[in-house]
Amino acid sequence: MSEAAAMTAPISPGTRTGTDWKSEAMRKRVARRYASEKRFRALGLAAIILSSLFLAFLLFVMVSNGAKGFLRTEVALPINFPALSGGMSPEALQGAQQKATLTSLDLRGLTEIAIEASYGTDGRQIFARNAWVEVREQLRDNPQLITENATLWLSAASDIDRVNKGDARPALQSLYDDLQARNAIQTVFNTPFLTSSDGVDPALVGIWGALKGSLMTMFVTLLLAFPIGVLSAVYLEEYAPRNRWTDLIEVSINNLAAVPSIIFGLLGLVVFLTWMDLPRSSALVGGLTLALMTFPVIVIAARNAVKAVPPSIREAALGIGASKVQVIFHHVLPLAIPGIMTGTIIGMARALGETAPLLMIGMRAFTATPPDNLSDPSTVLPVQIFLWSDEVNSGFVEKTSAAIIILLIFLLTMNAVAIWLRNRFETRW
Amino acid sequence: MSGFAFLFLIVGLGVLGWLFGRAKANRFVLAGKTSFNSLPNYHGWYVALWAMVPVAAFVAIWISVSPAMTSNMVLADPAASNLPEDPFAKASILSEARALSRNPEAQSFNPEAVTLAPIYSEAERHYQLLGMAAALLLGFAGAAFAFLKIRPDFRARSKVERVVLMVLLIASLIAILATIGIVASLIFESIRFFGMVSPVEFFFGSEWNPRKELIAGENNGFGSLPLFWGTIFIGAIIAMIVAIPFGLMSAVYLTQYAPPALRSWMKPILEILAGVPTVVYGYFAALTVAPALRDFAVSIGISNASSESALAAGLVMGVMIIPFVSSMADDSIAAVPSAMRDGSLAMGATPSETIKKVLIPAALPGVVGGVLLAVSRAIGETMIVVMAAGLAANMTANPFDSVTTVTVQIVKLLTGDTDFQGPLTLAAFALGLALFFVTLLLNLVALQIVKRYREAYE
Repeated sequence: MSEAAAMTAPISPGTRTGTDWKSEAMRKRVARRYASEKRFRALGLAAIILSSLFLAFLLFVMVSNGAKGFLRTEVALPINFPALSGGMSPEALQGAQQKATLTSLDLRGLTEIAIEASYGTDGRQIFARNAWVEVREQLRDNPQLITENATLWLSAASDIDRVNKGDARPALQSLYDDLQARNAIQTVFNTPFLTSSDGVDPALVGIWGALKGSLMTMFVTLLLAFPIGVLSAVYLEEYAPRNRWTDLIEVSINNLAAVPSIIFGLLGLVVFLTWMDLPRSSALVGGLTLALMTFPVIVIAARNAVKAVPPSIREAALGIGASKVQVIFHHVLPLAIPGIMTGTIIGMARALGETAPLLMIGMRAFTATPPDNLSDPSTVLPVQIFLWSDEVNSGFVEKTSAAIIILLIFLLTMNAVAIWLRNRFETRW
Repeated sequence: MSGFAFLFLIVGLGVLGWLFGRAKANRFVLAGKTSFNSLPNYHGWYVALWAMVPVAAFVAIWISVSPAMTSNMVLADPAASNLPEDPFAKASILSEARALSRNPEAQSFNPEAVTLAPIYSEAERHYQLLGMAAALLLGFAGAAFAFLKIRPDFRARSKVERVVLMVLLIASLIAILATIGIVASLIFESIRFFGMVSPVEFFFGSEWNPRKELIAGENNGFGSLPLFWGTIFIGAIIAMIVAIPFGLMSAVYLTQYAPPALRSWMKPILEILAGVPTVVYGYFAALTVAPALRDFAVSIGISNASSESALAAGLVMGVMIIPFVSSMADDSIAAVPSAMRDGSLAMGATPSETIKKVLIPAALPGVVGGVLLAVSRAIGETMIVVMAAGLAANMTANPFDSVTTVTVQIVKLLTGDTDFQGPLTLAAFALGLALFFVTLLLNLVALQIVKRYREAYE
């Protein structure tokens, strides 16, 4: 008897009794199996829900801590400029000698006198230590003030700021109530947080320096990692013969993509700072280090994108006389660009959030002025977050969270763009 | 500044060469010659390359040798004759003079620097002009050579394409260079470290309390075992206890049960979890999770609970790794042929039985490979442990205790204000080397497992 015939042959009655689906034992067994099925399914759902709840909780904590960092408390300070400056004319504050005049005015002392006149000896606690700088800026913008008995709104001290935001500090409560009674306190959007740089006083710090450092570092990274990544992907996919050398290249790329980021920091420290003597703490070295980290990610993404372009397109172009280089640069790469872009954005997002290798090359230096040049000492947003998180002054907590919100907005935008690109241009050939 | 000048020179020469070469080739086309080998663009590129590449090579050499020539010229000047003999003092005066010549407002401590500054800028200008002239000459020579070669039957395209191929090859060699750079820099500094501290102490010592002043023949507190234990405890034990069940179950649910709409929402959300920077996780762990865990520990009667605990760092790291494990598991479950799943379902097994008894066993090698990669990532993770795990080198299995890891110590050793030749900074490189090899080994094994298993079904 052939095998097929054996399989189709009916089972003779008597060799096997039929299943009694209605027996008590069977019903229990089926019920148990279904219950176990339900449990397993619920477990899976629970894993998903818990993971996303964690993300939601993290975002909630950051936003609820950081939202207040975007607000700023200001206190009114009446300054009798004509009396304090000795009747200076606004013309003296214009033109070329403006800087010298402002310096000669001793605005720090002048502000202190005004504070004591309005709020007594306790007044020092109300205003940020460098509040007089704001007086200077307001005078610079509006020289006419010098002739007026003006009321300026200046940054409150960090402690007053926190009382205003609902953080009870018994020692300052009466001072705060007094300010409120005089209607001398207001909460405004914290523009300086976006435009100023690191500092000592949490009431006055901002992220612009770090953000600019981040952008410059990203610029260097992109400039190096993108062309190198795309070109080596093209080589590996389109040209490379299968031999020991290309295997070595391949292993190196895969390995570089998985090397801990801090190792790249050690590499940068030894190679770029010690051997090549490039400027320490600079966006240039940061960008170089991150480029080495990012380009393997781009290579892997670009290889997949190039691989996905069907051979028929290459063959058609070759068939009408195009050279291999023409095929690649005129046909394959344009079709692969969406996939390459997706990988590049994801790699750049990872580089933007990276902290550890930049600590190694000295980008944790205190930089109170934003960098103007690729070789200037600079810091980046994640490092700024790290430095602020170490500050003992409690006013930095909300600033850290606010900086995290900014960083997350950047990253989520980049990731969203990558996802959108992938969905929009995903082609099934 | 001179770098930019050279850059402009190179680009300008290239553009000129391209325009002239193309114009000459265009004449053949206009003259009605039908049999020309390459399109005019390729002739343009040919000339441009001959104008740019030699100049770029020359500039690279020039920039590296001209500072030495400049300072020699300054030293040869009669005004430099009264400089001190000591080479270090000489070098510092010279660098001050350089800073002054660039920026007249710079600070100077040596009066000699002020007198040398104008000589320095004079010498610098001299060599810059010399370099410019040589580069220009070289560029024109190259361009002229290429320009003269352009004929209708000249094979410009194949020549240009050979250069393109070279560029592609060089780009892909950078990966090897980077790997060599990593290994060389780590090994180089580690050898210096092991010249000071014995490898036996480093690898087998159980006390981590490094001292700046070494005593020969004694233990100097460089025993790295507690660091490796802390790394494994946080990264390979606690983090994986969180990441493996959550990652695996989410992958199972997303691939087997979830309706497509839910799946299309949940995948990006998990990806966001992977995209949050580690410094944010670290801040979250230190600010929110660690205090909560300490309060919990105190409430269950552990009185000496630390505010920096292995558990806080490990839990948060585990959450960070979930999407990674999940996507690896997702891939390997998807690689199991659907015939196996359908067969099991057709035999009357429930979906969960199919998953537990067919899919996961079949996908196990891939899942294991993914877990190994996740471990490798966890032990190399820095910011979470720096912010949440602490600095005390404890060999403890109590998750509420503070432990320290290899990466924490690297950061600590290299960001303190220690001198760059001492054993403390060099120890960081030895730790980095050990970390590099451990993660390399894990990655290679994991990739091998994943690869071999993938091939089995294809």
